[in-house]
Amino acid sequence: MATAIEFNNISKLYRLGLIGTGTLRHDLKRWWTINVRGKEDPYLTIGEANDRSTKGDSDYVWALRDIDFKVEQGDVVGIIGKNGAGKSTLLKILSKVTAPTTGTIRARGRIGSLLEVGTGFHPEMTGRENIYMNGAILGMTKQEISKKLDEIVDFSGCERYIDTPVKRYSSGMMVRLGFAVAAHLDPEILVVDEVLAVGDAEFQKKAIGKMQDVSQGEGRTVLFVSHNMAAVRKLCRQGIVLHNGSVDYIGSANEAVDYYISSKKADTPLHIEFKGGDDSKEIEFLSVRFAENRSSFASNEPIDFIFKVKAHQNTPNFRINTTVFSMDETAIGSVSNTETLDIKKGEEREILFSLCNHHLAAGKYTLAFSIGIGNYLSAQRDFDYVPNILSFTIEDADKDNRQNSAITQWDSSWGHIMFKAKLAYI
Amino acid sequence: MKEDDNWTTVIKPKERLLQVDFKELWRYRDLCMLFVRRNITTQYKQTILGPLWYIIQPAMTVIMYMVVFGGIANISTDGLPQPLFYLSGICLWQYFNDCLSKTSSTFTANAGIFGKVYFPRMVVPLSTVISNLLRFGIQFGLFLVVYAIYQLFIIPGQIHTNWYALLLPVLVLMLAGLALGFGVLFSSLTTKYRDMTLLLDFFVRLWMYATPVIYPLSTITNEKLRFVMSLNPLTGIVEAFKYGFLGEGQFSWGMLGYSFAFMVVLLAVGIIIFNRVQRTFMDTV
Repeated sequence: MATAIEFNNISKLYRLGLIGTGTLRHDLKRWWTINVRGKEDPYLTIGEANDRSTKGDSDYVWALRDIDFKVEQGDVVGIIGKNGAGKSTLLKILSKVTAPTTGTIRARGRIGSLLEVGTGFHPEMTGRENIYMNGAILGMTKQEISKKLDEIVDFSGCERYIDTPVKRYSSGMMVRLGFAVAAHLDPEILVVDEVLAVGDAEFQKKAIGKMQDVSQGEGRTVLFVSHNMAAVRKLCRQGIVLHNGSVDYIGSANEAVDYYISSKKADTPLHIEFKGGDDSKEIEFLSVRFAENRSSFASNEPIDFIFKVKAHQNTPNFRINTTVFSMDETAIGSVSNTETLDIKKGEEREILFSLCNHHLAAGKYTLAFSIGIGNYLSAQRDFDYVPNILSFTIEDADKDNRQNSAITQWDSSWGHIMFKAKLAYI
Repeated sequence: MKEDDNWTTVIKPKERLLQVDFKELWRYRDLCMLFVRRNITTQYKQTILGPLWYIIQPAMTVIMYMVVFGGIANISTDGLPQPLFYLSGICLWQYFNDCLSKTSSTFTANAGIFGKVYFPRMVVPLSTVISNLLRFGIQFGLFLVVYAIYQLFIIPGQIHTNWYALLLPVLVLMLAGLALGFGVLFSSLTTKYRDMTLLLDFFVRLWMYATPVIYPLSTITNEKLRFVMSLNPLTGIVEAFKYGFLGEGQFSWGMLGYSFAFMVVLLAVGIIIFNRVQRTFMDTV
């Protein structure tokens, strides 16, 4: 397939701080060096990597540094990364809102950008007028908009309000209208930034559906920036992870999301200790670790944890509860053991917690634990809680035949995952 | 892959100085017209008198000038009826002033929308100049009404209108060109350092006094002063208008030619600088 967009060493330098008299001195110096003495821009060499949280020595940072990749025609590429990783800057350069400091981008076809919906809406104008306005700003001609007007109004679901000034609209309606216009834009390359974060669930579904149509049915190239990992997985084929302005990872969307998430929680400990010493809790966690000192398991292998707990009260019949989260922090299963244990005041005990028959598909997961009494059938109360900081991996049983094994394994348990846990003192 | 030639979009850090994409601007003509409509329709939304304000404003100004300049300061009007004389100056000056003050803040006022989507930025100042034409048209209509009243009833046949009045479209075009040129140049120069915006208001007010709006050029007898006045590209235009419609004024092809040349150079410089700034102004605005 042909290349739709090609990024060649794109970099973007930003100056930090306020613009004032000091800036003028810098500018003059820069101008002098480049234009009069004919040398290279002196500030290109002093820029620093864009790490938002640390204080740097230089007033200049590279929001993007040597971005270099290609996008095939018809591909849907998800761009992910932390806040300030350079995602939006990249899209801004691509949509010509600002120019790169160095490097070139070459593209085939019209580029339509959807950096924020409802751009250019004038509060005093009606919905209909704003559709024209917004469409024209996004690069459509009046004729094109007229042809699609009914479709747009229909998609937005704002029919009744279409001749009312948009200042009377709810913010949700405004977004719907804005997205409706943008979704009916027909560029060969569509640049989308975070539009799915707004709107109600029904509308989000509609929006995702529309984007899928655009990419799959109509063969357009889409660049999609989002923090919504589920949406990236669902919509995109390719994924790019940006970190401090450079490309950290390029691969399939799923791999990129996994990479991003695991880099977010880079070091997954096998053993975690807690502060302890909180008398107000009947029982508290002191530590938790993987019993076998490893964090990767086969799909049907039981996962054993050892908890160290301390009781501050005599507590009969306590239980441990666990919830498994996928890496995008969706809870996928929860279990409360049926056996319970007793503990006396002042006792410190180690407990083996074994998660069996979990049928989890290959991938990375995190876990949260709580300790308490009662279960979902009776009233329940938790004494202590460990948020999902412990993560484990389920290995691919058969890497070469990944899809196949995933399907067969998922089939048997999909929709009725039933976790079982055993509990015993050691 | 050997298909280096058919890239349709190439984004580079810097473009050649003179690369102004007029074809692209033409493609966005619909947007320009929509902006024009927006400017016009939203200006007097939620007012009772609506577009009547287009007439009330110059009428009040004329009355004020009649009192201050005509009455108190006793400045000559070349023997013309005061309302007619002031109105002609106000019509032209107001158009120039409106266009200039609006286009000179193109970047700062539209930073929000410019920061999100790309379209040729020139569309915005261009639409301002076009939409102000309506206002000029209405005010010019007011001028014609007052003119007709004087010509037919008050001093019948004493106003010597001549063929030079037909230059009107050219004069308006030149005003528009000058305002656009100054406006875009100014807005480009003030994206980073705003010092000059603080001066603009003052500068424009001074400029009005340097233009024969409230006095006829004929009252300037001092040679040096007259030379300075003739450097002002607006002088020739305003005088030509007064000469054509009212038969009084200092018409000269030389001055008009100077104004035209001034406009062409200014517009060219303005557009080139504007074009250069528009690519990165988002980083400094």
